[in-house]
Amino acid sequence: MRGPNPNRKQHVAMKPENTGKTIKRILEYLRPYKLQLILVMLLVIVSSAASIAGTYFLKPLFNIYIIPLIGKQNPDLSNFLEVIGLMAVIYAVGAAAAYGYNRLMLNISAGTLYRIRTDMFRHMQSLPLKYFDTHTHGELMSRFTNDVDTLRNMLSQSFVHLFSSGITVIGVFIAMLILSPVLTVVVVGMLFLMIFVIKKLGAQSGKYFREQQLAIGKVNGYIEEMIEGQKVVKVFNHENKSKEEFDKLNEQLFEASKGAHSFSGMLRPIMGNLSYIHYSITAIVGAILAITTGLDLGSLASFLQYTRSFSQPVTQMSEQFNTILMALAGAERIFNLLDERPEIDDGTVTLVNAEFDSSGKLKEANRRTGIWAWKIPNRNKSATYTQLKGDIRFSNIVFGYEENKTVLKGITLYAKPGQKIAFVGSTGAGKTTITNLINRFYDVPEGEILYDGINIKNIKKADLRRSLSMVLQDTHLFSGTVMDNIRYGRLDATDEEVIEAAKLANADSFIRHLPEGYNTMITADGMNLSQGQRQLLAIARAAVANPPVLILDEATSSVDTRTESLIEKGMDQLMEGRTVFVIAHRLSTVRNANAIMVIENGEIIERGDHDDLIEQRGKYYQLYTGMFELS
Amino acid sequence: MNRKLLPFAKKYWMYTILAPLCIVCEVILEVNIPKIMANIVDIGISNKDLNYITRMGILMILMAILSLFFGAIAARFASIASTGFAKEVRRGLFYKIQDFSFANMDRFTTASLITRLTTDVNHAQMTFMMMIRMMIRAPMMLVMATVMAVSINARLSVIFLVALPILALSLYVIARNAYPKFGEMLKKYDRLNAVVQENLTGIRVVKAFVRGDYENEKFCDIANQVRETQIKAERIVIWNMPIMQFVMYGCMLAVAWFGGNLIISGNMQSGQLMGFISYISQILISLMMIGMIFVMFVMTRASLTRINEVLDEEIDIVEKENSITEIKDGSITFNNVSFSYTGKKRNMVLENINLSIGSGETIGIIGGTGSGKTTLVQLIPRLYDVTEGSITVGGMDVRDYSITHLRDAVAMVLQKNVLFYGTIKENLRWGNENATDEEIIEACKIAQAHDFIMSFPDGYNTMLEQGGVNVSGGQRQRLCIARALLKKPKIIILDDSTSAVDTATDSKIREALRSEDLFSRIYKNLSSEKITTIIIAQRIASVMDADRIIVMDDGRINAIDTHEELLRDNAIYREVYETQQKGVVELEGA
Repeated sequence: MRGPNPNRKQHVAMKPENTGKTIKRILEYLRPYKLQLILVMLLVIVSSAASIAGTYFLKPLFNIYIIPLIGKQNPDLSNFLEVIGLMAVIYAVGAAAAYGYNRLMLNISAGTLYRIRTDMFRHMQSLPLKYFDTHTHGELMSRFTNDVDTLRNMLSQSFVHLFSSGITVIGVFIAMLILSPVLTVVVVGMLFLMIFVIKKLGAQSGKYFREQQLAIGKVNGYIEEMIEGQKVVKVFNHENKSKEEFDKLNEQLFEASKGAHSFSGMLRPIMGNLSYIHYSITAIVGAILAITTGLDLGSLASFLQYTRSFSQPVTQMSEQFNTILMALAGAERIFNLLDERPEIDDGTVTLVNAEFDSSGKLKEANRRTGIWAWKIPNRNKSATYTQLKGDIRFSNIVFGYEENKTVLKGITLYAKPGQKIAFVGSTGAGKTTITNLINRFYDVPEGEILYDGINIKNIKKADLRRSLSMVLQDTHLFSGTVMDNIRYGRLDATDEEVIEAAKLANADSFIRHLPEGYNTMITADGMNLSQGQRQLLAIARAAVANPPVLILDEATSSVDTRTESLIEKGMDQLMEGRTVFVIAHRLSTVRNANAIMVIENGEIIERGDHDDLIEQRGKYYQLYTGMFELS
Repeated sequence: MNRKLLPFAKKYWMYTILAPLCIVCEVILEVNIPKIMANIVDIGISNKDLNYITRMGILMILMAILSLFFGAIAARFASIASTGFAKEVRRGLFYKIQDFSFANMDRFTTASLITRLTTDVNHAQMTFMMMIRMMIRAPMMLVMATVMAVSINARLSVIFLVALPILALSLYVIARNAYPKFGEMLKKYDRLNAVVQENLTGIRVVKAFVRGDYENEKFCDIANQVRETQIKAERIVIWNMPIMQFVMYGCMLAVAWFGGNLIISGNMQSGQLMGFISYISQILISLMMIGMIFVMFVMTRASLTRINEVLDEEIDIVEKENSITEIKDGSITFNNVSFSYTGKKRNMVLENINLSIGSGETIGIIGGTGSGKTTLVQLIPRLYDVTEGSITVGGMDVRDYSITHLRDAVAMVLQKNVLFYGTIKENLRWGNENATDEEIIEACKIAQAHDFIMSFPDGYNTMLEQGGVNVSGGQRQRLCIARALLKKPKIIILDDSTSAVDTATDSKIREALRSEDLFSRIYKNLSSEKITTIIIAQRIASVMDADRIIVMDDGRINAIDTHEELLRDNAIYREVYETQQKGVVELEGA
């Protein structure tokens, strides 16, 4: 073993690339909370002011209200009490403000995250399949989890911290300038030193953080591969080897993250102590100034206090730095997802319920009639109606998932309403691709597909897909009850209709044996159903949709031959009167098709019905007699 | 952190201890520096004593440098200790999972195991880091500051006696109320992730049925629940801050009032009061830190629990002491075997199986989905243990063998087989690390894989992608058979492992497995024994030339016999045969 795949995409960049634009877009999301944010800022100012007051009012409290009373008989405490009361009010206001902005920020961040999440999800739904082909699920999942999480940290904490630190720094700096411009020079010098240190440490820890991200990617990749292949590992007694390999990668991760956390952990003690050094230098310089230029002592004392409250927020800001960088990098990835181009849908033809009027003309109906029509809008707002029949024609289709890699090389075929067309051929020959073009999962660059005489590019995607029903090889069920899953085909189907469809797919009997029948929950992992049972549910789901065109892509591949012969009748009933495209591994499934296309390397090499093809003694004959590998 | 996880800190115990020690030094310096600062102002500046200020200033700089040093190395040690801890936990988990039996694996989903090894370990690392950096620092500050405060004025310290319980109680109430709310939030969060995951894997279904809006609605609903539960949980936690401030300010005012009165009545110095107040803030800040750790623990407790679940998982298949390492031959018997995945007698997957297979025999197994074929063969290499009855291989109970030796002797080609990222040769060497090139080629020839491998430009050095997705299904299956053969097994089990291989090649593989010279070809010793072969197949053609064929039905053996006998006497077998032969018969007629 060589360890994990080095080609695995690393989707964890540490640094945002276009900070300005990203911040602008985050602010865009915060716009609806403009007023609340202004209120937050005001409250932050109030709370900072109150805490500053809390510290600095103490000194005058002593000098003015306590010391003069010392030694007096029956001192008049009323003024003292009044000041204490006033401070109590200030403090109460401060605490209330702190609660207020935290509470507001919670609303703002939760609300913003909600919007970002739903926008992401909605956008994801609109993306073309090509996007999902070129990005791993793990990568997309981490947009929803990791990236949103770091953004949440930033919104709920860093934002307020940064603002209040900024306010304090600016306020204190102005105060210092007023007190002593000369000493402020010392402060500025120190500030540069601090920024220098932050930059140096930041660069070091950044380097290690990047290394760490890389190491994490490797370790996680290895973990994924080994745990997914765990049963094979057991069968081959490979446990020790895989432990050895893991140790190597784990050690690398340890080295990198040790470095990364060391440097980020050092920031606070270094900055904190630099501020002490800062304090003593300022004290010495200040004392010299006091002696030589007569700087008054009160100001010096205050100035020294300010140096303390100056460096604290600087440290705090520098600590937020990493979080913010990471959050911005995450936000950028989120926005990249949101910027992906959605599926193009410029079709204008829609699918409507229709009925024939007395003169036999087709017209739109606003109820379910069982008759469907394509509504083709004309220029003058009127519309022409064509009945939906299921006539599909491919003419000279050339297609490739990637440029320069054609999968289909000039496919021409037709399916008349009610015909059953089968595709046969080895893996990668292009069978599934053909069906993926009918429902416009992918768009054809060359050639055209006509559906009841209409170019499918002119049909609205949603309506086009509603007229077709697909049963795929990998059946995906959703967490929910069995009933819900079948009803996925048509949301307004009644319970009776669902059960009817399940009976058609021969799924009814096993469903009734489930612990809660049709109300049994299907878990996301689907551990409680066999692959064959899931396929039966998928067939029932397609049956309930009741569309004029049906696409069966290896729909019964996991159903054993005995069960398959049991559902044959149901399938025949399902296919009756519909245009059906079938892809099947088992040739018994395709035998009674009106036309069988043998696809190889993106071309139709043989076509005809079963008897014709057997007579031809070509590829189909070889496949059928088991002389050729089909996989 | 809990008892179960602490042993993982052992390897880096020195750093785990050194870090807090350095922090202690840092704290001692930190507590004293404010004193010097105060002296600089109170003594140096008020007396315009430049000499004193310089002296104290330099002292302070030295202390700060020292404290910086301690702080920095503490950070270094803490990071080594915590990342080392995480490394050990990760290692412990991975090792544990490697030791999992099939039954253990079935109890967890792979996705959840991966999260435990990644995200949850991360949380554990964060908690550990917090623990060694804060858990010493905060109580230490608390104690030292309290001592200082009491030494200044014991009577005034009574205020703490009032403030501390209020604070502790409110922190407790917050944590207690917040914990279940956080649990709820995490549950909703899991659900949200599940919806995303589901939509990613099922995107074609969503698009094909035009259910985008429906899914959007579903997602918005769950995202809204996440929002609401998040607000509900954090709404409680944010009380932390105002309560802290309330108590802190309250203390200050109380101290100012009572202390002020003490000063006025001449029972206290004003400088003392100032000092007292600064210690209050230190005490309260350390309490706040403790509160933070508290909240953090609450938030990461779920992760720690999930890690523990894996560590606590009892491995149900273990070797006996003095286990046997020599497997005599490839004979197998099943004595009254019953089996259920849950271990409960109610849902038996196999019931009362009695079976005896001679060494060198070829056995075919046929049966519908869910009839128990795979379960039956998985018991032979002890991938699962029988619930009742016993199984012997080479005359000895499988539970008496060393697991490694048993599984080396019983090679199994799984139905859902996996190849790994690496070259073809590296993948084949899984069967036998020390296999020579000749042995590898020999095994591949038996599995009918040699020719297609040689047709690749890089031959045996062709890189396979994860899962072997860059070779066809039939080729993948043949590589898996070769890999199993390299173990030089006494028994080989093919669980539907040639389903994607064409019939002609399939029969060549079976022929090669039965040939007399197989043993001499791969074993290189001149034994003339044959390898026991068990073949599970959907196609009758794959098993019809076996010595005997088992027909499985609903967890029981329906019949065991030769093809001809079964065709004559067994209804199930005949039915399967007929549906499969339909085409061929017609063909012959045509």
